Amino acid sequence: MIGWIFIVVCTLSLIGISLCVVYDKRPRFLRHVTAITILCIWAAALWTLIRRFSEGLGAVAGVNDLAPWGLWIGADVFAGVALAAGGFVIAATVHIFRIERFKPILRPTVLTAFLGYVLVAVALFIDIGRPLSWWHPLVMWQGHSIMFEVTWCVVLYSTVLAIEISPVVLERLGLTRLLRLVKATTIPVVIAGVILSTMHQSSLGSLYLIVPGKLYPLWYSPLLPVFFLISAVAAGMCVVIVESFFSAKILKRGLESSLMAALGKAASFILFLYLLIKFSDLAASGAWDLLYERNLQSNMFLLEMLGGVALPAILLSFQRIRNREKFLLSASLLVMAGIVLNRINVSWIGMSVHDQLNYYPTWMEIALSLGFITAGTIIFFLAVHYLPVFPKTEEEPPEAISAGSKTGLMPA
Amino acid sequence: MNQHTPDMKGFSRRRFLQGVIGGTGLSVITPSSFAKDPGKTSFANTPSVLVDVTRCIGCRACMRACKNANELPDNTDLSEGFPISWEHQELRFDQWTVVNPSTGANANGDAVTRNIKSQCMHCLEPTCVSVCPVGALTKSELGPILYNADRCIGCRYCIMACPFDIPKYEWHSGLSPVVGKCQFCTRNRLSQGRLPACVESCPTGALKFGRRDSLLFEAKARIDSYPDRYINHIYGEKEAGGTAWLYMSDVPFENLGFKSSVETSPMPPLTWDVLSKIPIVAAAMAGLFGTLAWSLNRQEQSE
Ligand code: SF4
Ligand code: SF4
Repeated sequence: MIGWIFIVVCTLSLIGISLCVVYDKRPRFLRHVTAITILCIWAAALWTLIRRFSEGLGAVAGVNDLAPWGLWIGADVFAGVALAAGGFVIAATVHIFRIERFKPILRPTVLTAFLGYVLVAVALFIDIGRPLSWWHPLVMWQGHSIMFEVTWCVVLYSTVLAIEISPVVLERLGLTRLLRLVKATTIPVVIAGVILSTMHQSSLGSLYLIVPGKLYPLWYSPLLPVFFLISAVAAGMCVVIVESFFSAKILKRGLESSLMAALGKAASFILFLYLLIKFSDLAASGAWDLLYERNLQSNMFLLEMLGGVALPAILLSFQRIRNREKFLLSASLLVMAGIVLNRINVSWIGMSVHDQLNYYPTWMEIALSLGFITAGTIIFFLAVHYLPVFPKTEEEPPEAISAGSKTGLMPA
Repeated sequence: MNQHTPDMKGFSRRRFLQGVIGGTGLSVITPSSFAKDPGKTSFANTPSVLVDVTRCIGCRACMRACKNANELPDNTDLSEGFPISWEHQELRFDQWTVVNPSTGANANGDAVTRNIKSQCMHCLEPTCVSVCPVGALTKSELGPILYNADRCIGCRYCIMACPFDIPKYEWHSGLSPVVGKCQFCTRNRLSQGRLPACVESCPTGALKFGRRDSLLFEAKARIDSYPDRYINHIYGEKEAGGTAWLYMSDVPFENLGFKSSVETSPMPPLTWDVLSKIPIVAAAMAGLFGTLAWSLNRQEQSE
């Protein structure tokens, strides 16, 4: 109970801090509140980790024999990977399709993706029962397993992201020779990244192809891999919008508004495509009738589809909305929420054994997830602070950094 | 592998055990080798057990025998000696078989109670083996599905994917939890020419060991001879593409809590059909994007 109150307070505080940033309100205590909230979350996350590694998953998480995968898989891994999809989308846009005007946001996007994958890897390390054997899939091959394929893709793609982001570090260290070498390999590396991403983004959906008897028909479909891939592309774009917005606010730099609007437009197209395929599939499979049943599954499905897909798709299709920062931001946040909800629905709400939900997350699972989100954010801004991630702009005033530090999200 | 060829029709227990002792029987085949040659005939001589639900008196002797034979902790009331308590029991990572009473409507609509033994069904084309990323679960050459903790990474995909919800996990171990499920006594008894412990301990003949085709034949003969006594459904004949454990009953299985949602076709192709196409798609993408990037690049340079 105390744990849950703690979670609610921390979450509200994080939302409050974000709102302050959005509305450019910088009350004096903001920095302290931020620091205290984050430290509390990390303390709880640390406590969770200690117990996880000493007493086992069962001691901290709600997972059990009927629901072996919980929030750490559904939200941290599935949603985390999907939200990091911006990395391959923007890299392909710039380097393969040669739409160079997206170049200014390439580095921050790849950095976000890289950090996202690192966190996913850490989450997996914590969640698998025998973390010290994590490398087994790399040497003990079992090519018939989707999980095997996903492991390989994630490992390889993390490497690709590391290479893609390495120029930032090399530039900073002034290693021009190495830098030129990395730059020469850009295009093949980017192509490899796109292929690997396509493979594992869709394969996360394929993981569920094996459970036609357990996953609710509103979500189960032979097209699951397609849905996972398409939704990840749209969500990845919206993450880029949100991330650019907050970077602009915190670093006091200009927002590439036209790029953001273009991304919003593209996301809207993809979401409409997603809706079209999703609903034709429902109609074809006969699961459509389940929409009229008023149960938890159909309600959650409608919430996900209407609130997280249809609404933002419509919003983003209007130029007037796309051109207004805060509307664009809200619509993008809806898409992000929609994809998180979708992954949670597939991995939790839709999965039932004996016609019932068998899993409820504990506050500790949520604490660790919040720990991931805050850690990722802070590492991002630290990296941005110390490395040449954003393009140099003349109008960037030296006060930008001190202004950023006032939010408490950056070191002074 | 060639032991699965149809010329094994003259399968006898002795020959089966000779094979096992000779060491070849315990070597494992990978899912790829049996996916390449699913030859259904080879499943005929899989060691199997026929469970006649109408003959089970629920004494739970098999539960205790399983614990003793597999050195599983007797951490339940089972150690108290016979008779034991009748509390509901769940499968656990250290409890590989359970017998529980289950009440359901029979064909006449009367509620009757039957004792149901559960354990791994030992699928002919096992889902768990196909999903395990490291080959910790394998189909031994003669049929039973074995688990090897040394390979396992604890991802729990097998638990999530098993159509019968059989594998269980050691949730309270920090760094070395194991997955637990019935091993068909393969290593400790079959290989020494002994029956599975549960079968040996059953006092009523509710469990019968044999090769799969003869057990199916026998079950059908029983149904034919006593059409009033049995329903015409052998659970495990088709479920999940067929299992080594077969059940016959006088009460429809779904009324007794058996999973009726299990597909009657094998599960592994559900993912393999997608997985096997990935190399082609990846190659196509590489070609497409490679050409695109190269030509756009050239165009830019010439401009
Ligand atoms: S019943 Fe489950 S655990 Fe047993 S072989 Fe089949 S899929 Fe594997
Ligand atoms: S938990 Fe172990 S046995 Fe089960 S699928 Fe994962 S690695 Fe394989």
